[in-house]
Amino acid sequence: MISFIKKSYVVIILIIMYAPIALLMLFSFNNSKLPIWKGFTLSWYAKMFNDASIQQAFMYTIIIAIISSFAATVIGTFAAMGINRMVSWQKNIAMNITYIPLLSPDIIIGISLMMLFSVIKLPFGLPTLIVSHITFSTPYVILSVMPKLKQMDYNLYEAALDLGATPWYAFKKVIFPEIMPGVIAGAFIAFTLSIDDFVVSFFNKGAGVDTLSIKIYSMARKGVNPTINAISTIMFSTIIIILLVMNIKVNKKLSKSQTK
Amino acid sequence: MHRKSLAYPYLIWAAIFIVVPLLLIVYFSFFKDGSFTIQNYQKFLEDYYIKALIRSIELAFISTVICLVMAYPLAMILSDKHMTNKQIILLLVVLPMWMNSLLRTYAWGSLLENNGVINSMLKAVQLAPITFLYGNGAVIFGMVYNFFPFMVLPIYNVLCKIDPSLIEASYDLGADKVTTFRKVILPLSMPGVVTGIVMVFMPALTTFLITRLLGGGKINLIGNIIEEQFTRTNNFGFGSAVSMILMIIVLITLAFMSKKDSLDKGGGLF
Repeated sequence: MISFIKKSYVVIILIIMYAPIALLMLFSFNNSKLPIWKGFTLSWYAKMFNDASIQQAFMYTIIIAIISSFAATVIGTFAAMGINRMVSWQKNIAMNITYIPLLSPDIIIGISLMMLFSVIKLPFGLPTLIVSHITFSTPYVILSVMPKLKQMDYNLYEAALDLGATPWYAFKKVIFPEIMPGVIAGAFIAFTLSIDDFVVSFFNKGAGVDTLSIKIYSMARKGVNPTINAISTIMFSTIIIILLVMNIKVNKKLSKSQTK
Repeated sequence: MHRKSLAYPYLIWAAIFIVVPLLLIVYFSFFKDGSFTIQNYQKFLEDYYIKALIRSIELAFISTVICLVMAYPLAMILSDKHMTNKQIILLLVVLPMWMNSLLRTYAWGSLLENNGVINSMLKAVQLAPITFLYGNGAVIFGMVYNFFPFMVLPIYNVLCKIDPSLIEASYDLGADKVTTFRKVILPLSMPGVVTGIVMVFMPALTTFLITRLLGGGKINLIGNIIEEQFTRTNNFGFGSAVSMILMIIVLITLAFMSKKDSLDKGGGLF
């Protein structure tokens, strides 16, 4: 009975989360501009593939997400480890700085970076977008790694050193496996935030360099456009496939290590 | 390998791209054409802006509470070792974050609008259509929908790390399920809860996109006011001043949260 309630709770939440997405996908095949079913068509997809500016925006979005999430994960993981070793007052300062972009509205990060870039005369475009994405996603990585470091027994690391491990080896064999879920979650969040970001990019984009969000926003402003649904259907399907494949691999590894 | 100098690259980065831009906001909010003024802050005291501020805090608070109440049981269910397929379900919970929030909000709009899918279905079964959109309810709904995964993830992460023997010990010592939850699981999960609250309250307080798409321009929150200053009226001074006020609220929240939990229990955020 209890397990039934639990299962239905999970199912209801998933339905609420996926209803609009399913709808979006459905209407990408709809032979009408209105959200009323008028028959199957692929014309929105044809429109999308023939639009050079959409392809370009897609490329920019992926490039920015990969570079910025990788940089944020590396910088953030090491930062969390460093901050964790600091004495109390230093830690407070470092964490309060970390909280600034986390707690600042996107819009404030956006406008403040915009002002900085114009003051130092950095031309708006790919560099400003990547820098701003790294800036707002690194704190999320730190926050996601930090609890893992807190829960880790520091004596384990010292024991590894006492037993003759080099600091790098001890990091690889002791610390990293412990904080790994946090690092992965952090990288995941960083990538997500980069893809999802609209506000910060909006203020820091350059002429001719649009991310998908900005492209979609400018399309949506001109009225209902099922091409948007087609783009998101493609994006979403790709992500589902990648994540499911990754997940199956992880599960296989797990079951292998269990049988050993 | 495990020392504080590891944080230096980040701290240098943060100084240039976090601290300096903030100082620029302070500067622009107080200086007009090079001379000092508090005119921008005086303008904020107008009734219209104060009301928008109060409404923003109200809606963000309600959304955060709803997210927490919905996410905690879900995180608990998912962290249960006996749960089948929990990896895939967790993946499904987090997956919508990968989809553009602009799009998801837009999709909800088309689902809920007066001639949208839900109302067409209601009409088909002879029920009166409901006006979902362009009210506080729709905005709260949009906030919960958009930020829900950010509440689930941190709570789930912390719950998974709880040593099951602590829970068993609690049962062995005669505690029932409720007591065990209250005295063992809940306190141990607080770091995740605090992180979750921060991750939901912050974007909810400051969104302007959700209000635009689901509030139909009728509901102006603090984010909408800032956006207007920078995109329409081009009043950078006033925009910076409103941003400053928002930052102060955010800092007060942060101070409150850190006192409430992390500092004295040593968990989570600090």
